[in-house]
Amino acid sequence: MEFLLSRYRNLTVLLAVLLAQLLLLAYQVKSSADVPLIRVWAVAAVTPPARIIEGLRSGTVGFARDYIFLRDLREENQHLKQERDQLKLQKQFLESQLQTADRTRALVEFRSRTPSKTIGASVIMTGTGADSKVVFVDRGSASGIQRGMAVITADGIVGKVVNSYPMASQVLLATDPTFAASVVSQKNHVHGTLKGGIGRDTCIIDHIQNEDKVEVGEWFYTSGDDRVFPKGLPVGQVHSVHDGRILKDIVLSPTALESGLESVLIVLDGAHQAIPDPATPPATETYVMPAPPAENKPAPVTAPVDPTVGGAPQKPPTVSKANTEADRMMERYQKIGEAQNHVYGGVGSRVPDFNVATKPKPPAGSSAPAATTQPPAAAKPVPAPKSVEPPSQPVVPVPKQQ
Amino acid sequence: MTDFSDRILMDGPKKGRASKYRTYVLILVPLSAILFQVYVRRFVPAMEYLELPLLVTVYFSLMRRQPVIGCFIGAAIGLVQDSLEHEPLGMFGIAKTLVGYFAASVSQRFDVENFALRFFLSLFFFVFHQFFYWVIARALLNQSVDFDLAQAGLFGVLNAVVSLPLFLVLDKLKET
Repeated sequence: MEFLLSRYRNLTVLLAVLLAQLLLLAYQVKSSADVPLIRVWAVAAVTPPARIIEGLRSGTVGFARDYIFLRDLREENQHLKQERDQLKLQKQFLESQLQTADRTRALVEFRSRTPSKTIGASVIMTGTGADSKVVFVDRGSASGIQRGMAVITADGIVGKVVNSYPMASQVLLATDPTFAASVVSQKNHVHGTLKGGIGRDTCIIDHIQNEDKVEVGEWFYTSGDDRVFPKGLPVGQVHSVHDGRILKDIVLSPTALESGLESVLIVLDGAHQAIPDPATPPATETYVMPAPPAENKPAPVTAPVDPTVGGAPQKPPTVSKANTEADRMMERYQKIGEAQNHVYGGVGSRVPDFNVATKPKPPAGSSAPAATTQPPAAAKPVPAPKSVEPPSQPVVPVPKQQ
Repeated sequence: MTDFSDRILMDGPKKGRASKYRTYVLILVPLSAILFQVYVRRFVPAMEYLELPLLVTVYFSLMRRQPVIGCFIGAAIGLVQDSLEHEPLGMFGIAKTLVGYFAASVSQRFDVENFALRFFLSLFFFVFHQFFYWVIARALLNQSVDFDLAQAGLFGVLNAVVSLPLFLVLDKLKET
């Protein structure tokens, strides 16, 4: 035995190392338990340099951008002929800055709006595999992060925390094949399971029967049934729907992962929200103008009065408070009734003549109709209704008596 | 024996001579490769094909020329890589243990400082690694992952191209 071990020392060591790893693998698969010690060591060794590099990178990039910006400004002053080109460069830079600022602001606004208690985190690195679907964020158990917490952005769900270390956490992205979340469609409230999927940036929705109605472009939201994601968070829009043998094949594009992932929110204490009605517009902050003022009758045309010429200052004409056609009609009938001393509802009162046009009362304090008043309405011809007179006959204006 | 075989087969004073490295080099270089793997790809998605931890495993195993050491180098780098993934520990570990062992075994017979040999060994071990990872994922974990030989070959060539300057840089860190 000893001879064999010494003769085949290399092979023996190889087999021993392989066997040890196979046992480790079998233990994890069989018991579904993790070996945290090795992972903690590895993460503790890798994350501090990653944080330092990330800090250096962001600082260097910021400094470089500032330098380029200042250089552009100086050159803009010195070389006016190149102003157009420089402005183009500056525009590109500002657009990228604005985009970053918008993203951050959206996240902050979303955080203030969402009822869930969240904590912000930055993505510091990815997993090591070629098609890795995990990322690491710079918040760990020291910040209260626990395994199983939901990770979201203002655009939707990102994934969930699968491992929490003191200074960092590992987040499984929604596009990983082992990811699952309970979702519900917006229109027909069809429940399904979101799983990571086929392509790099797509997910599938499983467990939806062929009989259920799901449309392309329809939004899916978290249903809260999985006890990980609070109800009402957007997940994404349906990219394609096909009937399978029993269940539908639904491919969905997760909106939170469409544009690069830099800042995320980790849900510390989730609060369920209602799924927005499809008819209502998306919950974006929009400015709504106040209602327009009430539509009044056109004010009588008044001649301009020069206060320096003389004459008492005129009181402004009474502004009608009628808002609707019915109000205006009632007001007119009341004036007609007052003019003909008719009491509406009174016994023995003569029926007023409603065809009489009302005369606006002269403003109090003015003895004679001034130039500002219109000619009496009674003097105005009242055209007969067109429906009464045939169109071929000339319309004869009939002056009415007041 | 032809000129080419003379060149790539081990003979003369170089036979069996293992390169030595300082301890911090053996720690920092694999750590840097893993850092590159987890960090740079965030900003340069086109680098996804690059498997720097594998290339580093191949390099140190080739240069140390001892299968046992190659075996441990591969296991250590693979387990750290596993720790940063959402997979059971041992997937990359087993694959890289095999790579380390066989790379060190090969180095006992060939002149591993030959560029052409380095290129072909990098290409071969990349495909070998991807194949064994796929076997482990399917056979031990019952995962439904596909193995695209053409893609593995293409990525292998790209990794082999990168390995040439990388190995030259790492050669500078040799003690002897």
